[in-house]
Amino acid sequence: MYNQYQDYLRSQIHEIKEAGLYKNERVIVSPQGAEITLNTGQTVLNFCANNYLGLSSNARLVQAAKNALETHGYGMSSVRFICGTGDLHKELEQKLADFFGTEDTILYAACFDANGGVFEPLLTSEDAIISDSLNHASIIDGVRLCKAQRYRYENADMEDLETQLQLSQEQRFRLIVTDGVFSMDGNVAPLDRIYELANKYNAMVMVDESHSAGVVGETGRGVTELHNLRGKIEIITGTLGKAFGGAIGGFTTGKKEIIEMLRQRSRPYLFSNSIPPLVAAAGIKMVEMMTETNELQDKLHHNTRYFMDKMLKAGFDIKPTQSAICAVMLYDAKLSQEMAAKLLNEGIYVTGFYFPVVPKDKARIRVQLSAAHETEHLDKAIAAFIKVGKDLGVLNIIK
Amino acid sequence: MSYSEKTKNLYLSQLTDIRNAGIFKEERFIHSSQAADIEVEFPSGSDLKRVINMCSNNYLGLSSHPEVIRAAHDGLESRGYGMSSVRFICGTQDLHRELENKVTEFLGTEDTILFPSCMDANAGVFEAILTSEDIMISDRLVHASIIDGMRLCSAQHDTFKHSSMEHLEEKLLLHSDKRLKLVITDGVFSMDGDTARLDEMVKLCEKYDALLLVDDSHASGFIGKTGRGTHELCNVMGKIDIITTTFGKALGGASGGCVSGRKEIVEMCRQKARPYLFSNTIAPVIVSGVLKVFDILSASTERRDKLERNAAFWRKGLTDAGFILKEGNTPIVPVMLFNAKLSQDFSKDLYNEGIYAIGFFFPVVPNGQARIRTQISAGHEMHHLETALEKFIKVGKKQGILGLTKEQIIEKFGL
Amino acid sequence: MEEDNLNEMKEMILKYVIKEYIDDDDTTITYETPLISSGYVDSFSMVSLLVFLENKFKIKIPPSKATPEAFDSVNNIVALVNQYLNK
Ligand SMILES: Cc1ncc(COP(=O)(O)O)c(C=O)c1O
Ligand SMILES: Cc1ncc(COP(=O)(O)O)c(C=O)c1O
Repeated sequence: MYNQYQDYLRSQIHEIKEAGLYKNERVIVSPQGAEITLNTGQTVLNFCANNYLGLSSNARLVQAAKNALETHGYGMSSVRFICGTGDLHKELEQKLADFFGTEDTILYAACFDANGGVFEPLLTSEDAIISDSLNHASIIDGVRLCKAQRYRYENADMEDLETQLQLSQEQRFRLIVTDGVFSMDGNVAPLDRIYELANKYNAMVMVDESHSAGVVGETGRGVTELHNLRGKIEIITGTLGKAFGGAIGGFTTGKKEIIEMLRQRSRPYLFSNSIPPLVAAAGIKMVEMMTETNELQDKLHHNTRYFMDKMLKAGFDIKPTQSAICAVMLYDAKLSQEMAAKLLNEGIYVTGFYFPVVPKDKARIRVQLSAAHETEHLDKAIAAFIKVGKDLGVLNIIK
Repeated sequence: MSYSEKTKNLYLSQLTDIRNAGIFKEERFIHSSQAADIEVEFPSGSDLKRVINMCSNNYLGLSSHPEVIRAAHDGLESRGYGMSSVRFICGTQDLHRELENKVTEFLGTEDTILFPSCMDANAGVFEAILTSEDIMISDRLVHASIIDGMRLCSAQHDTFKHSSMEHLEEKLLLHSDKRLKLVITDGVFSMDGDTARLDEMVKLCEKYDALLLVDDSHASGFIGKTGRGTHELCNVMGKIDIITTTFGKALGGASGGCVSGRKEIVEMCRQKARPYLFSNTIAPVIVSGVLKVFDILSASTERRDKLERNAAFWRKGLTDAGFILKEGNTPIVPVMLFNAKLSQDFSKDLYNEGIYAIGFFFPVVPNGQARIRTQISAGHEMHHLETALEKFIKVGKKQGILGLTKEQIIEKFGL
Repeated sequence: MEEDNLNEMKEMILKYVIKEYIDDDDTTITYETPLISSGYVDSFSMVSLLVFLENKFKIKIPPSKATPEAFDSVNNIVALVNQYLNK
């Protein structure tokens, strides 16, 4: 059988390559940080990690992980409800609930799994999920696994959301689902207005804080902090794989009964290992560090403003952002690839995104700021952007 | 506010139903490393109790092996803690490639792709490689994560009776008109501990022009003469198109999974599997640990040999004492109790005696087939097994089930 | 439909369900036994039943009607088949 299938796959792979969509991976041989070394020997400044708070190789997190290796070993070799629950899991769940001002938390192996397993146990075919059109792939998969009726509204479009809410009034329960920060544009969901509409039309709200937790809001509590909605949102999901240390792990935090239901019925929780103890320990340390001082959050906010200001002054076309994601618009797919390659030659590692990841003719370079960046890193990146931008003639031109 | 009393009450009443049905899941908090002896807080808030663990997937006793822990330390030193990125942006280290190559070599396949878990491997593989013109034919007892993967895939699906080759053949014939046929099975079935008949399945797949996928999560590292898995046991190494497996059980037990198999299939997963594209991969510290696990396993078969001896001792001990076991030759040894409540009582009695083993009942296993599932580890020493056996016998006597037939147990306790 | 035909059809479907889905001699399935909600038949395995019904009775059941509820007992299945037989 395989021969025939092999031919088919080869032609598929060929097509992907022809379309210019083949994904190649760059291999990094150093720890994640502001400066990384590639397997080519090149050392570059990294502006495309989700390492927002610079915790990915933070010495205190590493130490916390090491301590846990000593006290709690390496793996649990079990799912949570058989013999895979450690005291550290319980502690981290509590710490995350305190952090977000919610009632309880359930951990998952990844936020992909948190989103994959949140809908099916809570909603049935009598209910409605009303989802932003730009929500993350994992939310889409979770919704696909759930029988609830599906409604979709244009990205952050409150008029459209209102229409969908009206259309779904027949259903028993309604859940509005949105990313906190949309990862390609860096825009923050208008959660204040979503919340108003939810109240008006009797709906619940779920927000995925993967790109906003640790980043958005004065103290990095996420979009609920920015919009003064702490404790008011029914369901928050998030990841430990970005700002929060960057290893692995996800969580759902929110109303007590909802979390309890997930513990009983959520399939990725019941049928897959949780995070290993050392990751839980580092997570606990991370929450402690973010509560002790606001240093990392402040530095990230400062870096983001600094970078944005200089880039705008230099004449780049940048999407407005309230997050640490800065989309440098180039519109043309080929140009975005060329610019990323030239920047890499200047020692700046960024990624160019184009259709189908972003809409056609909306190609861009996505820059992600980090508290790990020092001013000299930022200056070097800005200088490189200006140099390459001039070369390619993309400064001060209107789309 | 929008979380109305009505909503809250709906969830509360569902939770009450679950409690009343006696299937509410309570977690036991473990304060020590995973090992043969563990310290447990149960119920929540009570003092720590030291018990012998008879229900972990720590088959090879590597979950807290000092060399694995040392390797993880080193990984933290040299590679930091997290990658904060998905693979194809800036989340790939040379270590990830190294582990992929190690797995390929160990399983005797062509290439391997890592996933954050085997749940995610199974969730992503089908959709990446099949379309609505194809058919998936799965054993009726495959793992929940395979089921979710199939639910996310637009290919058609059908099932065959557990391990029935006649029924599989019927289904292969029935679906002979489909473009691609993918036969799907677990290598070792986790609730029963039996192994798939991979030799016969390979023959059928060859005859009917089908591909074969095996989830070897409960086999990788210890099944087969050198622990390569069910395909080694059945003498069909190199003939399985796709193997999925986890690092979360025998192979260190932390986390992570993979799809390993034909080169083009793996390549397709790299381009298309959603959990791979849209979720972080295994953290470097975990990868360092798993790499060490493979070193340990490649150096000697000592651990899997010990596991085999332990499992044989345990099986014989329980059988001689008059328990009814599910047949099998894996370290998963289900002690059949049939009645759901009996399985819960038995587990509680064991816990009071210092033995940690969980009772399973419907819907995890079929109605009327409740059991205590014991899982043996190379981390068990003879004294652990002897103590556990003694306590099983003590509780068995207390419940009055030793030497009884299935019919007699059902008569005594009901179904 | 005549009583005899109906009974024959019921019998035939029951036989198929037992042959296709039940391995264990202890289990007795009647016309009323819930098949899906009690776990004897999972939603993936319904496919075979659907194909069987369509071939046997020369009918076409639209996917939207092949719901777990409609397949949940032999009696329900007979009702479903009758809807399409009479058309
Ligand atoms: C057969 C099988 N596949 C997959 C998994 C999931 O593995 P992981 O914990 O890596 O998600 C399990 C674990 O329970 C399993 O038993
Ligand atoms: C909005 C959003 N949700 C979920 C995820 C997945 O997170 P994890 O890596 O923990 O699976 C991501 C990461 O890409 C994301 O951007």
